[in-house]
Amino acid sequence: MVSLNQLVAVCLLYVAGLFVVAFLAERAATRGQAGWLLRSPLVYTLSLSIYCTAWTFYGAVGYAARSGLEYVTIYLGPSLVMIGWWWVLRRLVHIGRTQRVTSVADLISSRYGKSNTLAIVVTVMSVIGVTPYIALQLQSVVLSLSIFAAPDVGLITTDIPAFNAPQAAFWVATGLALFTVLFGTRNLNVNDRHPGVVIAVAVEAVVKLFALIAVGVFVVWGLAGGLSETMARLDASDIGTWQVQGGRWVALTMLSAAAFLCLPRMFQVMVVENDDERHLQIAAWAFPLYLMLMSLFVVPIAVVGLDLLPAGSDPDLFVLSLPLSQGQNGLAMLAFLGGFSSATSMVIVATLALSTMVSNHIVMPVWLSVQGEGASQSGDVRHVIILSRRLSILLIIALGFLYYRTSGGGALAAIGTISFGGVAQFLPAMLGGLFWRGATRTGALFGLGTGFALWVFTMLLPSFGQGGALSVATFEQGLFGLGWLRPQALFGIGGLDPTVHAVVWSLSLNTAVFVVVSLFTFPSPIERLQGAQFVTVQDTAGPARSWAASVAGSEDLMIMAQRILGAPEAQAFFQAEARAQGRLGDFPEPTPTFVQALERELAASVGAATAHAMVGQIVGGTSVSVQDLLAVADESAQMLEYSSQLEAKSNELSATAAELRRANEKLTQLSAQKDAFLSQISHELRTPMTSIRSFSEILRDATDMTGPDKTCYASIIHTETIRLTRLLDDLLDLSVLENGQVSLHKRTSALSDVLDLAVTTALAGAARPLRIHRNRADESVQLTTDLDRLAQVFINLVANAQKYCDAPDPALVIAVTQRDDMLEIDFVDNGRGIDAEAQSVIFEKFYRISGVAGVGAGLGLSICREIMTRLGGSIAYVSGRDEGAFRVLVPLQHVTDEMRQEAAIEGAI
Amino acid sequence: MSKHVVLVEDELNIAEAIRFLLSQDGWRVETLANGDTAVDVIRKASPDLVLLDVMLPGKSGFEILHELRSDPAFAALPVMMLTARGQARDREMAEKAGVSKFMTKPFSNTEMLNAVRELTAP
Repeated sequence: MVSLNQLVAVCLLYVAGLFVVAFLAERAATRGQAGWLLRSPLVYTLSLSIYCTAWTFYGAVGYAARSGLEYVTIYLGPSLVMIGWWWVLRRLVHIGRTQRVTSVADLISSRYGKSNTLAIVVTVMSVIGVTPYIALQLQSVVLSLSIFAAPDVGLITTDIPAFNAPQAAFWVATGLALFTVLFGTRNLNVNDRHPGVVIAVAVEAVVKLFALIAVGVFVVWGLAGGLSETMARLDASDIGTWQVQGGRWVALTMLSAAAFLCLPRMFQVMVVENDDERHLQIAAWAFPLYLMLMSLFVVPIAVVGLDLLPAGSDPDLFVLSLPLSQGQNGLAMLAFLGGFSSATSMVIVATLALSTMVSNHIVMPVWLSVQGEGASQSGDVRHVIILSRRLSILLIIALGFLYYRTSGGGALAAIGTISFGGVAQFLPAMLGGLFWRGATRTGALFGLGTGFALWVFTMLLPSFGQGGALSVATFEQGLFGLGWLRPQALFGIGGLDPTVHAVVWSLSLNTAVFVVVSLFTFPSPIERLQGAQFVTVQDTAGPARSWAASVAGSEDLMIMAQRILGAPEAQAFFQAEARAQGRLGDFPEPTPTFVQALERELAASVGAATAHAMVGQIVGGTSVSVQDLLAVADESAQMLEYSSQLEAKSNELSATAAELRRANEKLTQLSAQKDAFLSQISHELRTPMTSIRSFSEILRDATDMTGPDKTCYASIIHTETIRLTRLLDDLLDLSVLENGQVSLHKRTSALSDVLDLAVTTALAGAARPLRIHRNRADESVQLTTDLDRLAQVFINLVANAQKYCDAPDPALVIAVTQRDDMLEIDFVDNGRGIDAEAQSVIFEKFYRISGVAGVGAGLGLSICREIMTRLGGSIAYVSGRDEGAFRVLVPLQHVTDEMRQEAAIEGAI
Repeated sequence: MSKHVVLVEDELNIAEAIRFLLSQDGWRVETLANGDTAVDVIRKASPDLVLLDVMLPGKSGFEILHELRSDPAFAALPVMMLTARGQARDREMAEKAGVSKFMTKPFSNTEMLNAVRELTAP
């Protein structure tokens, strides 16, 4: 018989050995030695064996003794996953490595837009789901210890006087916690992998396999008496004949496969600690082989144990009790060590994984927000991270211990299944995230929540037994007395195996809710980018999301990086990045690519969500602007609208520009016209003045001038003075007319009177005679208008004819026609008329028929046109004739604008 | 042999004033009222001086000056231009075209005589 003290001593020795192995491995890894061993597919495969915990070591035999071959499902699920690695595992590991994922919570949070809420949910679920599992390990160690303490081998009694189970459990828990703290967090470089832990796990994998096979060999060849005898016993036993329940098999295989992917500790060794994706190729066949070896002797041990040991022995402990009952103390010790190593390796890795989650997703965010001064504050936060991880480890093991104390323990396999069921709830969100771009954060949250709630209700709470956490009434009548809420017969579908029932309902409703909510919700931009990264995994070279450039100072980023990575590491990283950018100094340009790389580097230490938040604090609100941009991009319709609005605005602007251009042209033209006008006036004024000045000087200076000459020159001065005066009169007249300041004096008279006056005035003193032909009958019409102004127009026309008609016998015909309420008066002379090109300009100011000297300034026709406009009529040159022909149109009744308005009002009434 | 001047001016009164002034001073004055025939007349007459108004019917003073200056025989012929517009731009154009003297109307008789004497001084 081995004494307890001996056992404890052996355990301590074993742990010390492990510690040495781990220590050597870590040192070798730091120095870059022994890479062939540390980074070999063999170690990777062996590290995966933490899947085989004390549950599989002891529990599988018990499982086989109770339920026959069903225990195989626990190995079948992972084997299927490994064999089909190309489909899921490769992608999982690849994403885990490229995104520097630190845990399963980090993976899910990272995929769904680095949502810390999701990370917290997954972390809490993991802790709750894995706690029973840790309790299970404690229980198995305590049980195995108790069997050594028991006076009668094989009989388990908890009231052995020399053995206090709770106390033993406490010390085991304390030991494991210490062990994990030392192993898992002894390294200051929190973002490094844990080569020491991995190698220790690998060693333990060898120990437990060796121990189980040794017991198996002893049982088959030492106890049963050889292979054939063992087969005979198998045939005789119930185990071989027990019927396989199809439903349970499928459900349990699925469950173990799901748990294999989702268990935090499996994720830790499979993804986080993975060194080379190619290791998967070896592990794909090596790990199923390992599982096969582990399960090889399970049935023989169970059968022989059932045969040899007294009834009532705990089948969960056959591995230990069989050798003990045969007095094989050494073998029993080995078996104990196998179980112990299974338990310890599981607890170490599981706690490590959970503590990373708790620390990264709960403690660090809280600490960062409590700190409040911002991430750029100086000071090393690594000690905070380490401390938070150590505390998390203690907390998790304490929870496991509490669970053990509360639940009082049950069959090992049952606890394991419950734990599997809990973590399996991650599967829809995880796989959906990897393969379905439509999966959203909200969908994942709802799915996880639904699955987890169902798991708690149908698996976790019932595991405390009827009348435990749930009352007997709840089991029989449902929650709140609702019949469809019975924990083992949801929606009234009873008769199912409780495990199958729980797995089917929780996973299927989880998946359904996840899919439906995802379909009806809209992913945020970051989520969308992350989703694209995860789903189209093979080209993850590009950045997951881009920080808008260069807002953050490299110095700030450096200060933050030093706190998390440690000063030398951070400096090395910054220098490497600076070199990669081709810069000489220690600080790289804070390009989006660099910030991206830094964020990933930090994510390896503190998780994606926290790293993102910390970088965000320094880089500032720029991520929001990217989001805004993406939000705009999301709404393509909105963009189209913006674009068309812009187009409209642009059209408007170009229309306005064209208008302005036209206005400008007009102004330029007006300015040029004004210049030309002033120049013309200058010319018109200076010309007569020249003659006046010159002749007056001649008259002044000449002493011997004859009388006729004197008279002649004085009359020239006189004529030119009159010309000047008339010019000024015309200019003023035109100005008044153009400005509309003229006041019209309306009188009524016959047209003939007006024409009489005009002809008399125009021809008075004319050098050449002009014959006038008129029809007095037509002219007898009465008209009301400003008769003086009208006469002015007529005088101008008659005078022009008199001056310019070049016929040898000049004659002017004045013809009057009445058209409705207008009078049409034509002035037609028998001269050559006006040249076609001159016709368009004769009404312009200062235009004069060339070659005729000493007469008007060329304002006459301009004034006529202005007058006729004022009188409500018009004047035009009638082209297409050989003679000169002007046509004047004048209304019989002059109607002013005001009168027209009044008439309109009266008409309306 | 008295000196010969060709005067191209469409304002008859101004032409008469200048004719009177210059003939008093011993000039033989040939007067012309339009621009069309001016160049031909000047060529034929080969005068000692040309007085040229800018604004002329038919052909402007600038055009006439340009034509004269492009003929080597008249490259050095003294040409005085008269204008009633008197803007700086006109002066520039005239100087570019190779005018000998530019005078703005109205002018004083003394000014006119001095300019003419100056231009024809040996």
